[in-house]
Amino acid sequence: MTRHPDTVADAIAHPEREQPYAQLGLKPNEYADIREILGRRPTSAELAMYSVMWSEHCSYKSSKVHLRQFGDKKPDTDKLLVGIGENAGVVDIGDGWAVTFKVESHNHPSYVEPYQGAATGIGGIVRDIISMGARPVAVMDPLRFGSADHPDTHRVLPGVVAGIGGYGNCLGLPNIGGEIVFDPCYQGNPLVNALCVGTLRHEDIHLASAKGVGNLVVLYGAKTGGDGIGGASILASETFDDGGPTKRPAVQVGDPFMEKLLIECTLEVLHAGLVEGIQDLGAAGISCATSELASNGEGGMHVRLDNVPLRDATLTPEEILMSESQERMAAVVRPDKIEEFLAICRKWDVAADVIGEVTDTGRLVIVWHGEVIVDVPPRTVAHDGPVYDRPYARPEWQDALQADDPGLLARPVTAAELRDTVLTLIGSPNLASKTWVTQQYDRYVLGNTVLAQPEDAGVIRVDEESGLGVAISTDCNGRFAKLDPYAGAQLALAEAYRNVAATGAAPLAVTNCLNFGSPEDPDVMWQFERAVTGLADGCLELGIPVTGGNVSFYNQTGQAAIHPTPVVGVLGVIDDVARRTPMAFRTIGDVVLVLGETRDEVAGSEWAHVVHGHLGGLPPNVDLGAERSLAEVLVAASRDSLVTAAHDVSDGGIAQVLVEMALRENVGATVSVPADIEPFVFLLAESTARAVVTAAPEHLAAFEASAAARGVPVRRIGVVTGPADDLQVDLVGGESVLWSLDELRATADATLPTLFG
Amino acid sequence: MARVVVDVMLKPEILDPQGKAVEGALGRLGLEGITSVRQGKSFVLELDGEVDDARLAQLHELSGSLLSNPVIEDYVIREVTA
Amino acid sequence: MRIGVVTFPGSLDDRDAARAVRVAGGEAIALWHGDADLLGVDAVVLPGGFSYGDYLRCGAIARFAPVMGPLVDAANGGLPVLGICNGFQVLCESHLLPGALVRNDSLHFVCRDQRLRVESASTVWTSDYEVGQEIVVPLKNGEGGYVADDATLDMLEGEGRVVARYLELNPNGSRRDIAGISNARGNVVGLMPHPEHAIEALTGPTTDGLGFFTSILKGLVEA
Repeated sequence: MTRHPDTVADAIAHPEREQPYAQLGLKPNEYADIREILGRRPTSAELAMYSVMWSEHCSYKSSKVHLRQFGDKKPDTDKLLVGIGENAGVVDIGDGWAVTFKVESHNHPSYVEPYQGAATGIGGIVRDIISMGARPVAVMDPLRFGSADHPDTHRVLPGVVAGIGGYGNCLGLPNIGGEIVFDPCYQGNPLVNALCVGTLRHEDIHLASAKGVGNLVVLYGAKTGGDGIGGASILASETFDDGGPTKRPAVQVGDPFMEKLLIECTLEVLHAGLVEGIQDLGAAGISCATSELASNGEGGMHVRLDNVPLRDATLTPEEILMSESQERMAAVVRPDKIEEFLAICRKWDVAADVIGEVTDTGRLVIVWHGEVIVDVPPRTVAHDGPVYDRPYARPEWQDALQADDPGLLARPVTAAELRDTVLTLIGSPNLASKTWVTQQYDRYVLGNTVLAQPEDAGVIRVDEESGLGVAISTDCNGRFAKLDPYAGAQLALAEAYRNVAATGAAPLAVTNCLNFGSPEDPDVMWQFERAVTGLADGCLELGIPVTGGNVSFYNQTGQAAIHPTPVVGVLGVIDDVARRTPMAFRTIGDVVLVLGETRDEVAGSEWAHVVHGHLGGLPPNVDLGAERSLAEVLVAASRDSLVTAAHDVSDGGIAQVLVEMALRENVGATVSVPADIEPFVFLLAESTARAVVTAAPEHLAAFEASAAARGVPVRRIGVVTGPADDLQVDLVGGESVLWSLDELRATADATLPTLFG
Repeated sequence: MARVVVDVMLKPEILDPQGKAVEGALGRLGLEGITSVRQGKSFVLELDGEVDDARLAQLHELSGSLLSNPVIEDYVIREVTA
Repeated sequence: MRIGVVTFPGSLDDRDAARAVRVAGGEAIALWHGDADLLGVDAVVLPGGFSYGDYLRCGAIARFAPVMGPLVDAANGGLPVLGICNGFQVLCESHLLPGALVRNDSLHFVCRDQRLRVESASTVWTSDYEVGQEIVVPLKNGEGGYVADDATLDMLEGEGRVVARYLELNPNGSRRDIAGISNARGNVVGLMPHPEHAIEALTGPTTDGLGFFTSILKGLVEA
């Protein structure tokens, strides 16, 4: 029995019909706005489109007022080829090459269905990158879970890791880095963020716009099914009189093979010059693609929804519009190029259907079974949605939290205590080896991976002739952000910036994934406003622009919000990847040096967290000027081949750095704690703007001069000893703290396999 | 119109780690007395016309070359309904 | 020396295999799965990846591709063929090699730098190695467990057709730690690890993999 769709004619004829806008997530004022925009009630299909496009996830309605700072405070740079507002930002890296990168979230779906949620998160971010005209070349996965020993973490983590690996490996994208963080605050709200980076020549940049009246709109890729249409089924059940099917699957299921075909097919049609505009279908599927393409172009589009190829013939038009079936793209193609376009799709066995054309009416009109079911101004759907300035106020517990200084917590003092403390820390879930996870990811495919985890940043060679490459790191310390969101965002930026510079790449651009609780909670909104402001101010001071990013709100279970977690991704450029700086101790006799200043700063540290379960005080001091100087030293040192290894200091302090540098190639070192620093502070404080490097004796003078010239403190602390030698830390007074590499490795390697193996 | 179901199972001597993983999970769910689990695949084919001897021979050919790998798998044409 | 590299839908390491051929000094020729034409190449590489998404069974659908018709005939006639990872799976599914590859016994995909021992230098793809030579080559697969019945395994061992064996750790449950085998003639070799990812110090753990590609080029010159 065919159900008569709710048409525009019906909407005009029956203005008084009750509509389930609240169940679709629209507020009364929003529903009223839609009626005013249209001059009538919306049809069911229009209601579906507005409800999904005006949702927080798609419209950024609670974050826009603050995010505009990224544009307002944009540092002057001529490297930004495409800025915020497109699918992903594009930066010039030289020699006619450009790079596009972005990080996005797929948090809630991953809690519901870990494998598919994470898999489709990778799928979605990869499609954003190809829609810019780029070939995707690498992925990264910043992940956050609840406590490592909680049963639900055991449900979520293995599935998420398997999903990221299963999808990314099958696509042929190396996974070059990411994070795994455990904290109880994420128990009910794990964070699955996914980053993709792609490369392209300047002339290949494509934008999501539908230009050229009469040009055709082609939907290609997978067929459309009932994935992710939870809300639309309410409409289906609303108007079904014969009690037809109402339950539709909410979980999107990914097909990485289809996406691999989509990548090859898309790059081929782009390089053949057959595409005027291109858009991927992500959240809100066809609703989003058509309204965005139309509003970015001539302003009008006519769509025949019947032409959408369906996996499920029982879908209603509302469901088709809201479907989030994966692996679909939309292209705008000139009529004289359509045959060639379709031929390439056939070559790759990718279904392609012309579903509409570009018009100059300024309206998005969608027809179903010959009747008009959507007739809207596309900008009102895609861009001019509601904008809220949510109330925010400093939480009344913030002062007490900041006053709760960890200074009185019992500290390890003796050699034995320091030895045990470091072993405890390196075996703790956040600091332990992540190999159990990262070995489920292909790091080699495409043959251009120069550095990958556990190195500071992932480094990818872009040009095989010249060696031009990029480095990317993603970082965020949610505990720091809880203590002070403004500083916390800057600390995340500083850490990613420092990680990129440590490999020898000059930081160039920023992306971000802002994971927060509910925007309707003034405490959370305050955290968000502070974090965005901190990040915008920080980017301006460092001279690197935000190119795009993502906001994930509502990461909250009841009253308990996650720590504010502004994940920051920094991308840098390196002229010749052959000169990159890896992190391992390697050559006997190399001198070990510390750059930067170590202060008694342990608030929010791994030590305070693991040993005392304490979170309080003020996070480590941020000094972006010092970060900038340190980065210059590290980049110059790489370029001039003055250092043999570099590793930034962050979670776990210098102790963690020394252990990681020793275990990387199983080579030990002996270092001394400087006389003027308390050993505990030297080893475990988390002060910023620091790095540990090794340098051959013949380059020491030049390196130290370079640091001095930029005002970066530098101290020699020891020497690389030899393969399989102990890691030894000498204390003032003659005692030594010693760990054998075997025991360090056994401790660090055992944790994750024991928990999740 | 006919409907054919072909079941494919790993040969008994081939290690089945997926079946073992399921077996382990049963134990954790408190289900006792299940001594072995092996995991296989089921193919449901819809055909035009009926399944005569010639068609059946084709289905055996298909089952033995594409649907299963005879080196490691056995197949059974379990069900043929008109 | 023209070495064909086949691209199936879903092949991933075809570009890397082509690069390895070039670095070794040969000319890489792209072969399309849909064309039943080997373009007169002197040897063929079936690369790694997830042809057809690994659906049904790894390599089970690719083995029926049009290019496989002439390839099987040519291989039976002596054309050198190297199947890497997914390529190895295709060779087993098309019965150019005995046995099969099944799911890793750990049930996890594993990517690691794997130590191997080269067991045979008598094939056209391994003549540039010494018997017993230990090499480190990346391994990355989810379905890499080599299985065959005891009679087949004994035959492979007895006839010197085990080409490479895992050392230190068996990453996938392969019987007898077998990482690669050849046919009786020695022109068809299947290998689970990825030599094409170990050809450049900058991007690989070693350059130990280059030998597979220099072997075939030297062999072709001498032929």
